[in-house]
Amino acid sequence: MTGWRLADGGPVIPNFGRGSECLRDNGWLCTSWVRQHWGDILQPALVQHIELTLIAVGIGFAIAFLLALVGFRWRVFDPPLGAFTDILYTIPSIALYQLLVPVTGLTVTTIEIALVSYTLFVLYRNIVAGLRAVPPEVLESARGMGLTRRQTFLRVELPLAAPAILAGLRVATVATISIATVAAFLIYYGLGGPIFDALGQPDIFRTELLASGGLAILLALSADALLALLQRALTPWSRLR
Amino acid sequence: MRTEAAELVFDEATKVYPGRESAAVDHLSLTVPAGEICVLVGPSGGGKTTALKLVNRLIPLTGGDIRIDGTSILEQDVVALRRSIGYVIQQVGLFPHMTVEGNIGTVPRLYRRPRSWIKARSAELLELVGLDPSYAKRFPAQLSGGERQRVGLARALAANPPLMLMDEPFGAIDPIVRARLQDEFLRLQKEIRKTVVFVTHDVDEAIKVGDRIAILREGGRLAQYDTPQQILEHPADEFVAEFVGRDRALKALALRTLGELELSPATEDGLPRLPADTSLRDALALLVAERRNALLVIGADGAPLGVATREDLLA
Repeated sequence: MTGWRLADGGPVIPNFGRGSECLRDNGWLCTSWVRQHWGDILQPALVQHIELTLIAVGIGFAIAFLLALVGFRWRVFDPPLGAFTDILYTIPSIALYQLLVPVTGLTVTTIEIALVSYTLFVLYRNIVAGLRAVPPEVLESARGMGLTRRQTFLRVELPLAAPAILAGLRVATVATISIATVAAFLIYYGLGGPIFDALGQPDIFRTELLASGGLAILLALSADALLALLQRALTPWSRLR
Repeated sequence: MRTEAAELVFDEATKVYPGRESAAVDHLSLTVPAGEICVLVGPSGGGKTTALKLVNRLIPLTGGDIRIDGTSILEQDVVALRRSIGYVIQQVGLFPHMTVEGNIGTVPRLYRRPRSWIKARSAELLELVGLDPSYAKRFPAQLSGGERQRVGLARALAANPPLMLMDEPFGAIDPIVRARLQDEFLRLQKEIRKTVVFVTHDVDEAIKVGDRIAILREGGRLAQYDTPQQILEHPADEFVAEFVGRDRALKALALRTLGELELSPATEDGLPRLPADTSLRDALALLVAERRNALLVIGADGAPLGVATREDLLA
């Protein structure tokens, strides 16, 4: 990112502030700036970031679930579907953004499409693997007791796959939060906005970088913890083995 | 808990797997009277498990018919048929994400039984299979192999089916626990009197558990169908004689107890004493070990009933 900085020699007085001494010295975390710009920079960016993530993981989960149903029910479709999500995952995010711009423009839609396509890989794999991992004797007893195909799926296969599915959801969510910061390369949106902004200053604006980057990290950690708690609450039996 | 049991009839039941020349079950005809345990036994490849799974249509018949209380299984809705038959398998197949109570409630829930009914039923069944009611809230991962099999049995009994299918239910359990489970299963059967089809590859288990034994040979053909006593004393052919083993005479002794003998009055002192419910086989083993010729049979109250000699045991 140093290439973004103005090519200049000696120290430049940062232009970010008529403000405090801290800002004039470009300190690591000037609380006055954070307080002053929480409302107009940080909070909106955080909310946008959460939105980006929720929508991406939500849509990604819906698509991955449908694909996984197909790949699980008809084994022939599993390898091509797996390969498809794998290829999407392999494309570097910046390249994918640039590929999409001619189609969907410099919009949030472009970002969401890219983010969704990244979630598919881990979600698809985990859902299919979770459903496949149901022991054969469990399925046989379900069948022998007179559960229909549908009842077996809803009451046995899906709940037994839940730990794997929730684990996939955790990974996908944390990865999305991280990849979403790069979205600001395209448009000023989410926590990537102030991060890129700070990096783009003649001298890196440390306070803004640390505040917005720190928020992204905190967001990822709390999302992970929240989903871990959810996993514990929903599948108390899975920790007993 | 009184229940009605169903008569089960195999009528020329045949299964040929697609692409196979020979049958897995070949024109099998036998009748299991209501309330009796029929053990299917035989070498691997004898089609015993296939024959069992034909009954609840986990494997479709390719010929002949099977009737439960006179109604062909083919005339019933397959899901309704399975719900009306208890099914127990060797690996148990409990649902790991459900508590013991949840597992037991599986079929009752399909019948839309209320939660309170299931709770009461589960407590009743746990007691019946010899588990403490506190087990209701445990998960399968918290149980031992023997306990899981008991829960599996309770789950199969939950909707009070008139017919039970048991596929090597004690096969994966260590010998000591297995013997105890067999004893408890027989005690339970005395109470509930279900019609049971029980598959095993273990002749001794078949003799111990079965009211009748069906011996199947390779190709799914019935070699003999009779009571354990008859099979041991009068094997139909070489195959059966060989299958039940050279010690079949001893196995036959294991089926009878001292109490069934005609005893002579006690005249001699210092004879070894054995309770009346000891099997003739164990009694003979004792006489051989102690180099004695007679023993004193005592009743449940400890009073002497009479003397049995070696000749009496072997008569």
